[in-house]
Amino acid sequence: MRKGVSLCISALLAAMLVAAPGYAKTFRWASQGDILTFDPYAQNESFNNTFNAYVYESLVQYDKKFNVVPQLAVKWEQLGPTQWRFHLRPNVKFQEGEPFTADDVVFSVHRQLSKRSMTKAYLVGVVDAKKVDDLTVDLITDGPVPVLLRQLTDVRIMSKSWCEKHNVVDVQDYVAKEETYAVSHADGTGPYILKSREPDVKTVLEANPHWWGKLEGNVTEIVYTPIKSAATRTAALLSGEIDFVLDPPLQDLPKLKSDPNIKVIEGTESRTVFIGMDQKRDELLYSNVKGKNPFKDLRVRQAMYEAIDIEAIKRTLMRGLSIPTGELVTPQVYGYDVAANTRPPFSVAKAKVLLKQAGYPNGFEVTLDCPNDRYINDALICQALTSMWAKIGLKVKLDAMPKAQYFAKINKLDTSLYMLGWAVATFDAQDALINLVHTRDGKGDGEYNDGSYSNPKMDDLIDRMKVESDVPKRLALIHQALMLHTQDVAHIMLHQQIIPWAMRKNIVVTHSADNRLRMQWVHVN
Amino acid sequence: MAGRLADALRDSWDSDLAWSFRHSPYAMVAAIVFAACVGTAVLAPWVAPHNPFDLAQLDLSNSLKPPMWIAGGDPSYPLGTDDQGRDILSTIFFGARISLEVGIAAVLFSMGLGVALGLLAGYVGGKTDAFIMRVADVQLSFPAILIALLIDGVARAVFPGAHDSMAFWVLVLSIGVSGWVQYARTVRGSTMVEKNKEYVQAARLFGIHPLAIMARHVLPNVLGPVLVIATIHIATAIITEATLSFLGVGVPATEPSLGTLIRIGNDFMFSGEWWVTLFPGLALVIMVLAINLLGDWLRDALNPRLR
Repeated sequence: MRKGVSLCISALLAAMLVAAPGYAKTFRWASQGDILTFDPYAQNESFNNTFNAYVYESLVQYDKKFNVVPQLAVKWEQLGPTQWRFHLRPNVKFQEGEPFTADDVVFSVHRQLSKRSMTKAYLVGVVDAKKVDDLTVDLITDGPVPVLLRQLTDVRIMSKSWCEKHNVVDVQDYVAKEETYAVSHADGTGPYILKSREPDVKTVLEANPHWWGKLEGNVTEIVYTPIKSAATRTAALLSGEIDFVLDPPLQDLPKLKSDPNIKVIEGTESRTVFIGMDQKRDELLYSNVKGKNPFKDLRVRQAMYEAIDIEAIKRTLMRGLSIPTGELVTPQVYGYDVAANTRPPFSVAKAKVLLKQAGYPNGFEVTLDCPNDRYINDALICQALTSMWAKIGLKVKLDAMPKAQYFAKINKLDTSLYMLGWAVATFDAQDALINLVHTRDGKGDGEYNDGSYSNPKMDDLIDRMKVESDVPKRLALIHQALMLHTQDVAHIMLHQQIIPWAMRKNIVVTHSADNRLRMQWVHVN
Repeated sequence: MAGRLADALRDSWDSDLAWSFRHSPYAMVAAIVFAACVGTAVLAPWVAPHNPFDLAQLDLSNSLKPPMWIAGGDPSYPLGTDDQGRDILSTIFFGARISLEVGIAAVLFSMGLGVALGLLAGYVGGKTDAFIMRVADVQLSFPAILIALLIDGVARAVFPGAHDSMAFWVLVLSIGVSGWVQYARTVRGSTMVEKNKEYVQAARLFGIHPLAIMARHVLPNVLGPVLVIATIHIATAIITEATLSFLGVGVPATEPSLGTLIRIGNDFMFSGEWWVTLFPGLALVIMVLAINLLGDWLRDALNPRLR
């Protein structure tokens, strides 16, 4: 009953807030796929992280130039090589009223390090969190962690009492499609409150009137609608039904740019898109090759690489808005090495020879798994790949599906050949190396290494860079690892995306290389 | 032998049906168009300039070429190409083949199911009749497309991973099951009339098995209206298949049917590449229109009151 009354009052307050003239600004936006889950640790997908960051905050955050600045921690110091002390912001309350204290930080760190969490990589090196007093927390690491602060930007803080009350101390088991309270409810300290959630239909957030900070932008209500159809997305923006599209269809850009009510801003994304292969099983799950795994043979991986006419994909499907790449990370990321950015030249004839040498003169059959609402023209690229590989004799069946099913499928390694993209949230190559190429160990390494690539030399390089505090030495280790990734064809690299954001003329946003729309900087004029 | 064949041909030429056909110009045009559709679909591998289902023949550098009469067009792709470099004309031929196959197979399936249940309901009557007809009523209260979507969804959940190879049969099943009610209702009505006629009672007196009576005596006399429904139903089934493929639950993307092509083209509505969606759409309209016209004519020709 009391909860009902307070709900009524807060609804009334919110209504008054919205009704206040000149203050209420609704920001309606869309992209092709939906939010996967509001449990912030259940998936590590940039778009999902973007959305969770509206509700949940971290100890530290990025400013517009990707420098680390305070968020829930006001200051921090390193007490020793394995101990960091964080002084927390006082008088912060969670959206349901609980005060924010060191207990919540300790709880969140433990929860994020738990078995089902898919975001353990952001706590690489961290072994424990210890409460010193109500507003002081120590993070204990197993050695020096050079990129700890950058990692912490994606360590969202949840409320301990809220999680206990709603029985969500355990992270949602995304792969098993588990539904928990935290999947569709959220209680953070952030500037926006999750108001309503209808998966695949509409998600509404409202400004948090008790937020500790001050919005730089002026959005008081966020309405997000996933719109899968490319033409419908364009039409909705043109008609003014929505204010912003994160991924306008590339073919419609000329039309959008020529419309006086629309503006388009472009920039390169810190993301590479690539193809992964099951390199662990002795027999592929989805292939007609029995008794051996063709992807274990470097020549097969090279052949498939060489058969890809990446320039044709850039010219046609991407309409020029991609940068073909041979390296796991992009130039914006610390550790990028020009020398490792090499692709084998496109050559069907050479690819055929390699396949023949590997013992597959007539090719083989395999299924390519692909999302159809995640990356720019993802399913179309996969379709084009099937026909490029057909030219060297591979019969590749395409299985394209929405990302909500897709990530659940490939995260449980139920795939032989798959598409993935990775944007480096920490802007340090170690993040990509840990998540994508380190041997999967269930403790944070290789969480998105869905092809189970494993090379002891690679693991050694990565493990050393994690704790190397000598800057030049660490950079050398990163370069070696990236070079090894390229030489090993651990993934078949495709390209870096150039991401256009399209919006109505009255919208002002800050374009980010990590493709995350940060709501606190959005202005609706 | 040859004489008898000629006689048979002459007989059918002089029959009421043929007479009506010869005096109905729109039926003749529709028949010619439909025959052309079926012809190109059946002969697609030989008449189509390219094989759009052979992935090795596709080349991205041929993607989104306009029709040949527009600047930038290529005569070897008369109606242009789609985003993967597939020739639209060839894809229409191959896609129409899938559409027709699914349509005809689904109609045969619904017809078999509907006629059998209708005969049973009409002839046996009583509780059997009530049960079958109530099931039919319940199904009629849902739109056919919903039922097709439901069956398609269930089939996909039951056979995960195999849905590419089974896509065709799943489509046939889902469209087929969603259409049997009409047949059952019509056949039941006619059966109830026929079963009280003297020839059926005579057959009963002889002690012939009820199933034999249904199949041999009643069935031939109730088939007329069924043929009319079946003809029109082919058009409906083709549209349903196109709708399902348009929604993305039909055939695999690498083997597009007409509905899939229209969906792909839909993404290019704003960007000026209108040919990807227009030509498959036109092909679908023409094919369905021709079948509907034929169905209308057949209905009139078989209706004794209009003679």
